[in-house]
Amino acid sequence: MALDENKRQYISQRGGKTYFMLGDEACAYGAIYAGCDFFAGYPITPASEVAELIAEELPKAGGICIQMEDELASMAAIIGAAWTGARSMTATSGPGFSLMQENIGYGIMTETPCVIVNVQRSGPSTGQATKPAQGDVLQARWGTHGDHNIIALAPNSAQECFDLVQECFELADTYRTPVILLMDGEVGHIRESVVMPELSAVKHTSRKIAERTEDVFGGQELIPGMIHYGEGMNVHVTGSTHLASGMRDVTTPHVHDELIKRIYSKIDSNRENIVRVETDLNPDGKARVGVISYGASARPARGAVKLARAKGKNVDFLRLITIWPFAKKQVAEFSKELDIILVPEMNLGQMSREIERFVDSDVVTVPRIGGVPHSVDEIYRVIMGVV
Amino acid sequence: MSEPRHRLMDFVREEIMPHRFCSGCGCGTVLNAFTNAVEGIGLDSAKMVCVSGIGCSSWIPSPYFKSDTLHTTHGRPIAFATGVKVMRPDLTVVVIAGDGDVAGIGGNHLIHAARRNIDLSVFMVNNMIYGMTGGQVAPTTPAGVKTTTTPHRNVEPAFKVADLVVAAGASYVARWTTYHVFPLLESMQNAMSRKGFSFIEIMSQCPENYGRRIGLRTGIDFLRQFKEKAIRVDKARGMTEEELEDRIVIGKLCDVERPEYVTELQKVTAEQVDLLRAEKEKVD
Repeated sequence: MALDENKRQYISQRGGKTYFMLGDEACAYGAIYAGCDFFAGYPITPASEVAELIAEELPKAGGICIQMEDELASMAAIIGAAWTGARSMTATSGPGFSLMQENIGYGIMTETPCVIVNVQRSGPSTGQATKPAQGDVLQARWGTHGDHNIIALAPNSAQECFDLVQECFELADTYRTPVILLMDGEVGHIRESVVMPELSAVKHTSRKIAERTEDVFGGQELIPGMIHYGEGMNVHVTGSTHLASGMRDVTTPHVHDELIKRIYSKIDSNRENIVRVETDLNPDGKARVGVISYGASARPARGAVKLARAKGKNVDFLRLITIWPFAKKQVAEFSKELDIILVPEMNLGQMSREIERFVDSDVVTVPRIGGVPHSVDEIYRVIMGVV
Repeated sequence: MSEPRHRLMDFVREEIMPHRFCSGCGCGTVLNAFTNAVEGIGLDSAKMVCVSGIGCSSWIPSPYFKSDTLHTTHGRPIAFATGVKVMRPDLTVVVIAGDGDVAGIGGNHLIHAARRNIDLSVFMVNNMIYGMTGGQVAPTTPAGVKTTTTPHRNVEPAFKVADLVVAAGASYVARWTTYHVFPLLESMQNAMSRKGFSFIEIMSQCPENYGRRIGLRTGIDFLRQFKEKAIRVDKARGMTEEELEDRIVIGKLCDVERPEYVTELQKVTAEQVDLLRAEKEKVD
């Protein structure tokens, strides 16, 4: 999407500087950089600062931010807005993310590009409402019912909140699907330096537009183009199983089979284009122990790896930037020479289970719940215990 | 010689006709009134978006009415429509959905959309039952009625939805029945031509899954009853609650001018854009 004049003005005034800000705030600024036109949300700790900042700043960039009556409505509103051609986003935390699941499924089924930010907190239920966690890793993957695929990214710094939310918008438009920015309360409430680049450094992908209404939900394309509302094209958008024209057909088995497999496949077959990991391999020879982490947990995890190396131990490190689709090829490659893989995460082993499926090494969760992130020392001691 | 073509065929997706509504259903009447209303005020269907939920009446716009269409999850059409309207206020956005969607599972969205006074037209087709799922009790089912989920009798009073919407702050609210097609049509035209939140509660019939439980086996039986039970709002004003029990108050319940939501949002955005520009000029 080309940035309109108001957004260009905004970015040219704010850009080219370094700011000190919260991860949540960086996420909000990143959304404006991404050309977000519309935000709808509902207050929830620890995600409220995303909405508050975007409410302050988005109108200055010509956009509109509204507070809806709940998270179901917020998710609904951003999908409605997307069909007018808008780039749209919402932000929430665990309980609100649970409420959004049905409409996230609607977004997947109708192939609607939009961005959902989940600043994860401790659960289930109200849990420790103000404390960080990474308990929604599998909810992000499987929270809505039925067979589907999802893209989710996990930032581990305020800068990455700013950068990755922009990537979420790009992925949403490229693959025509809802994309989740899976933050956590720790990263959302961290206060760090964030570089906001100049306008000339901002690049956007244009949303693909279909020529015929008959092709909006399929046709010959793996990822069909959209037609936005108001063009006189009588676009028919439904969450029911539909033909390429959007017309409902809920009884023909092959129609459902082909639709769902195509929607699944557009992410699955592009896994290598989507997935990003960061590796830090042991410089002094072959490690037999590896550490895989993501989000806020990756920070103490990496600290512990460095400490262990300083003590002469050989340890490899991998950080998942893309949580879903899972980096199965990169993780399998990483694990080849490893006997054991430690997985620090702020849950009881959600990602560990996924890693286990793709490696021959032993996978050991280093869990942390209770609302306080891992300490470097705690992970270091686990590493030293197995090296 | 080509076959004669009905003048309203331009407003329906002809390729999927005939429709699938049951014999005697009120949805066909509502579709008829709606297409007539659109044609009557010269609305360009290319500049309309119809939003619906889950249930029989949601099929009135989707797939039958020919315009841009958003057939949403159960209960949420007004919330989806809000996103459409905020970003494209130039389009006429109409929600047509049932009492289950609008007053049951999605009641909260209705209240808040009315309070905001967002420029949407919501036509709630009230058949007093969950018809598509086979006749379960609805928040609009009268007390005493036996349904599949109140097999002994319904102990809840029926929701007076239009009255709620008046109280919540809508600009325009009316109630009609499928018997009163001409005033309904005119009311739809008023709703779609004016700014602000407009709501019409359309009492409708489901002979198949409601009528058979209350002894009204045909659409005609229902229409006869609607005619008998209906009472004009001006007459109803002088009557007691007891006298109005079991009656259907029809007519325009409210018609007021209030600031419209999207217009106000746009003012805020315009002000903020100008302020930022002024800030830049000061720096320059």
